[in-house]
Amino acid sequence: MTSETGNTLDVAAVARLAELARISLSDEELQRYSGQLDQILHSVDKVGEVAADDVVPMSHPQPLVNVTRPDVNKPCVDREEVLRQAPAVEDDRFRVPQILGEE
Amino acid sequence: MSESAISLNTELIKSSASALAAAIAHREISSREVTDAHLDRIEQVDEQVHAFLHVDAEGARAQADAVDAKVAAGDELPPLAGVPVGLKDVFTQRGIPTTAGSRILEGWRPPYDATVTTKLKGSGAVILGKTNMDEFAMGSSTEHSGYGPTRNPWDLDRIPGGSGGGSAAALAAFEAPLTVGTDTGGSIRQPASVTGTVGTKPTYGSVSRFGLIALASSLDQGGPCGRNVADTALLHQALAGHDERDSTSWAGEYPDVVAAAAKRDVKGMKIGLVKELSGEGYQAGVSQRFDEAVKVLTDLGAEVVEVSCPHFDYALAAYYLILPSEASSNLARFDGMRFGLREGDDGNHTVEQVMGLTRDAGFGDEAKRRIILGTYALSSGYYDAYYGQAQKVRTLIAQDFAAAFDQVDVLVSPTAPTTAFKLGEKLDDPVAMYLNDVATIPVNLAGNCAMSLPIGLAPEDGLPVGLQIMAPSFADDRLYNVGGAVESALVDSWGHDLISEVPAL
Repeated sequence: MTSETGNTLDVAAVARLAELARISLSDEELQRYSGQLDQILHSVDKVGEVAADDVVPMSHPQPLVNVTRPDVNKPCVDREEVLRQAPAVEDDRFRVPQILGEE
Repeated sequence: MSESAISLNTELIKSSASALAAAIAHREISSREVTDAHLDRIEQVDEQVHAFLHVDAEGARAQADAVDAKVAAGDELPPLAGVPVGLKDVFTQRGIPTTAGSRILEGWRPPYDATVTTKLKGSGAVILGKTNMDEFAMGSSTEHSGYGPTRNPWDLDRIPGGSGGGSAAALAAFEAPLTVGTDTGGSIRQPASVTGTVGTKPTYGSVSRFGLIALASSLDQGGPCGRNVADTALLHQALAGHDERDSTSWAGEYPDVVAAAAKRDVKGMKIGLVKELSGEGYQAGVSQRFDEAVKVLTDLGAEVVEVSCPHFDYALAAYYLILPSEASSNLARFDGMRFGLREGDDGNHTVEQVMGLTRDAGFGDEAKRRIILGTYALSSGYYDAYYGQAQKVRTLIAQDFAAAFDQVDVLVSPTAPTTAFKLGEKLDDPVAMYLNDVATIPVNLAGNCAMSLPIGLAPEDGLPVGLQIMAPSFADDRLYNVGGAVESALVDSWGHDLISEVPAL
C-alpha cells in the first residue's frame, strides 16, 4: 500500500529505521512490521489534509518556560542500591560492552 | 455524603473507599482486617483476572499496622488512612518490582519512589501491589503486557481495556477499592468504560510525573480510578498538587474535587454534545445508553446543546504521530546499560550490538512498531509533514475546545465507541485497536480534563457503557459535580449501583 503522500514503509525502510532506533529486528519481524506500519502510516496521513500553514505548532499543553527551583543540594539516590540493579558492575561502576569494534 | 449515611458493607471487599476510611477512623474495623480481606481476595481471584503483576503482601500489612498504631494512639489521620490501593506498574516504588508491563524491566527494583507513590503513602493508603498494563502504556486492551493479558471481570473472555486494564479490573473484581492509573490517550477512561468503573484524567500538570515511567511526556497524566465518583474524588485530591521535581507541574490553584463530588447540582449548567464524537462507528447500545444519560442531565435541569469540534476528526491521526515520536525518544533510555535486561554481552558484541539485541529481546511488538514509526516521523525530510503538521493539528484541537467552552460548561460523549471486545480480536490489526481511543484522545492533546463513569449495560451484549465528561483545564471540579449528579440519578433509578451486577468470580 502506498500512502496518500506517496511515502511507504517497505522492508528496507523499516530495516534502516530499526537500525537508527537500535533494535535488531529479525527478518520475520521486518516483514510483519513493514505491512502493519505502512497501514498505520496510511491512516495518519490524514493530518496532511488540514490547512494549517499559519497555525502555531503546539508542543505542550501548558505554556511554561524556564521552570527552575532553588539551586540547593539534596540527597540523591543511593549508589549501592542503583548498582545492585545494573546488569553488570565492575569496580563500583556500570560495566558496559566494548564501545569500539575491532575494526 | 454525610458520615452517618456511610454504612460499611457486610462484605469488606465490596465497601467503598470512603466507608472503609470512616470505619477505620472510627475504630469499627482495623486497616489490617481490611487489608487482609483484599489480599485474600487477590489470592482467590487474581489467577483468573490477572490484574496484578506483583502483590506486596508484607509491605501492605506493615503499612496497615502502622495506620492501626496511629488510630490506637489517637493521632490525626490522613484522608485515605488504612485504605488499600493498587498502583499501576508504570509508577516507581522503591524496592518493589516495577516493569511498566515490559520484559525489558523484568526484576528491576527502583531505587526511589514516584511522587504519586510518596503521596499515596503520605495519605495513609495501603499499597497492595502493582497492576498490569500494556507495555509502557501502549495499548487499549492490556494484551500488549509482556506478562500476559488482564481479563475483564464482566466476561473473562473479554479485554478490560488498556493500557490500565489491571487498575480497572482490580476494581471490578473487588481486589481493591481504589487504584491509580495513567492516561496518555485514554488509558484511565477507556478501561473504566469497559469495566463499569469510574476514572479521571486530571488536567495536565495536576499530578506529578516524577517517577512515572515516561511514554509521551506532553500527554502522560496520572489519575484516580474508583468504583464511584466520591471515592475517585478522594484519590484525585490525594494525588494532585505541585511538585518541584516535575517541571510541568502546575504551581497555581487546584479545585476542590471532593466538595464538587458531593455537590451534584447541574441545574442551569450548559452541557455540549460533541457532534464529531457520535454516530457512525459507535455501537448501538453505547449510543442508546449515552442518549439516556443525556436525558438524565436534561431532567436534572441542565441545558443540553450540540457543539461542533471539527478538528477532532484529525485527533487520532495527530496522536499517532505525536505519541510515537515522543515515545521513540523516551524509550531510548532502555538500552541495557544501567538497569534492566541485557542481551548478547559475550565479550564479542559491541555496545551498539548489545543495545540492539537487548531492545529486540525486551520490547514487544507494539513498542517496536511505535518506536519505528516515531523514528520515521522525526527523521529529516519527514519531520514537517508528520510531526510538525501533527503539532499544528494539536493547536487546532485545543482551539476547538476553547471555542466550545466559550459556549458550554462541560462537553459529553460516549467514552469508547464499543463495549469490551474479545481477547485477540484486534491484536493483529493495530489500526482497529487505535480506534478505541477516538473519543478520549482529544483531551490528551489539548491537556484539559475528563472523566468516565458507568451509565448502564448495552442491551445487545450486557456489557458496561461509559459516559465521558470533559471540562476545561483546572476545572476538574466540574467533572465530579456533573459525574456525581448523573451517578446519583442513575443509581436511584436502578435501585443499586451498576458494579453490583458484575458476575461472581
